Amino acid sequence: MTHSPKPVLAVGKYAALLAYLSFALFPLYWLLKIAVTPDQLIYTEGTNLWPSEFTFDNFRSVVFQTDFLSYFGNSLYVSLGTAAVTTLVAAGAGYAFSRFNFAGKRLLIAVMLITQMFPLLMIIAPIYKIIAGLGMLNSLTSLIVVYTAFNVPFATFLMQSFFDGIPKDLEEAAMMDGCSRFQALYKVIFPLTLPGLGATLGFVFTAAWSELLFALMLISKNEAMTFPVGLLTFVSKFSVDWGQMMAAGVLALVPSCLFFIFIQRYLVQGLTSGAVKG
Amino acid sequence: MARIELKDVKKRYGSVEVLRDVNLDIEDGEFIVLVGPSGCGKSTLLRMIAGLEPITGGDFLIDGKRMNDVRPRDRDIAMVFQSYALYPHMDVARNMGFSMEIRKDPAAERASRVKKAAETLGLTALTERLPKALSGGQRQRVAMGRAIIRDPRAFLFDEPLSNLDAALRVEMRLEIARLHQKLGATMIYVTHDQVEALTLADRIVVLNGGDIQQVGSPLELYERPANKFVAQFIGSPTMNIVPVTGGDGEVKTADGSVIKLPHLPDCGAAVELGIRPEHIDVVDPSEGDLIGVADVVEHLGSDTNIFTVVEGLGPLMVRKHGNIPAKSGDRLGLRIQPENAHIFGPDGRALRRVLEKVG
Repeated sequence: MTHSPKPVLAVGKYAALLAYLSFALFPLYWLLKIAVTPDQLIYTEGTNLWPSEFTFDNFRSVVFQTDFLSYFGNSLYVSLGTAAVTTLVAAGAGYAFSRFNFAGKRLLIAVMLITQMFPLLMIIAPIYKIIAGLGMLNSLTSLIVVYTAFNVPFATFLMQSFFDGIPKDLEEAAMMDGCSRFQALYKVIFPLTLPGLGATLGFVFTAAWSELLFALMLISKNEAMTFPVGLLTFVSKFSVDWGQMMAAGVLALVPSCLFFIFIQRYLVQGLTSGAVKG
Repeated sequence: MARIELKDVKKRYGSVEVLRDVNLDIEDGEFIVLVGPSGCGKSTLLRMIAGLEPITGGDFLIDGKRMNDVRPRDRDIAMVFQSYALYPHMDVARNMGFSMEIRKDPAAERASRVKKAAETLGLTALTERLPKALSGGQRQRVAMGRAIIRDPRAFLFDEPLSNLDAALRVEMRLEIARLHQKLGATMIYVTHDQVEALTLADRIVVLNGGDIQQVGSPLELYERPANKFVAQFIGSPTMNIVPVTGGDGEVKTADGSVIKLPHLPDCGAAVELGIRPEHIDVVDPSEGDLIGVADVVEHLGSDTNIFTVVEGLGPLMVRKHGNIPAKSGDRLGLRIQPENAHIFGPDGRALRRVLEKVG
């Protein structure tokens, strides 16, 4: 950029960014604020931006006095399982859609699109019947299966677009260089798809991490509850334990954040630049 | 090194016939250029030889062995892609040595071959760079390095220079010619640029609409084009083609001017006269076969291009070496060099050339 920056424009740009950021992040901030507010101040200082006293008691009691760790572990298992299985299936399907022509390809794509059109509420009952019939209620595996089924279509389209972005010439060059198709995929295409795999993993992980509806329907036993369902146990008949609930919420953010920090370097675009003349 | 034969090779996509009965013998060490307008099937033919595109019918042989169903990796042919197709996550040295890596050749041998190829192509200082840190010309060199390192039976080039700017294109063209001289390998080169075709080829294959129009040395194609398509495709500026009426030792234009072509074969009435711009002489208006009015005159220094309009015949371009003091609006006498005139029949095929009648 060589044009001279206009101070007014620059200030305006940052003001707009700031406004957007505060709007987007304010709920998160409020979550954190209530989590560190002592119980007795939650209502008395309800609208203060920062409590006059500060405590980690909520975190302590959530971790040591509730089943939070068990919920957390269940969620981690389900989310990682879903992300791994979905990405594996989606990568294979996306590659096939991107590179091969086969009978029924268009039909398959159409069917996958249609599955994305139904509101979840419509199919909750049949899914429940199916899972109950299989005797898989209250099992974390059933959640992985259901989440995978729901995420595969979108993840496939996502992966397909990443594969589409990798020039076909690269595979052909690899095959001319002596690779089999699988070797070309593994040695040349796979390293270039890491951003796509990262994005898909991240997307599916967060989707599974925060899913409530199916978990609520399919899980009723305390020891198999995932985190979002577990959060509801903080709501009792007569009161809501806001402080603990928010503390649990803050802790629940941690794996999501860690996961994204871990994959963000694969999300960097431009990995294929230099392959072919732009 | 290899001898490549194509026998009645066909390519069909569904009901669309892309290539019809292509027959071609390529000698060991020959430089063949496939040339034609876009969509003529030249790249498809190259990809079929590479093994990247299945062959619908016919036989494709390398050194007498049928290779139709052999996988690309087992054909031992190297290809330079139009897009270069460098592996973006590998540095230059690994890009060039990739084929040896796949074949599990010893690392020491790979390193020395890479070093040698890098020296040949002037890439020694760049071997640790990633492709994205290279200029277009350097990427092109790496792509060639990747091909030569394998010492393959044949080289295929798919419009390798079309992404380079004009100056670099000339330079790389020379480099490819040098490479061919040095390696003496069989090379098949696809281009739509006739200058590349004429300068590089031992033999040129002109394709149009899925058919081979003519196969011959650059000079053969220039001097004895088999049909109107080849005549107009090869040579720059394009050959003038004008409708005339055939006769005995002469042709007549629509307004009655007579062009003496003493050795003209006896041809039908409705024919076309083909004459290259450089084969028309500018003479005094009283002496020429035709009189043309200069419309636009381009002075290129080494040559002069005169776009004339001839009454009853239409536009006729004349190209003369040196500087001709003509200007727009001048009346010029134009004399057709009879020995360089071509006559095309109604089907576009060249009738026996005038010159051949002399002997």
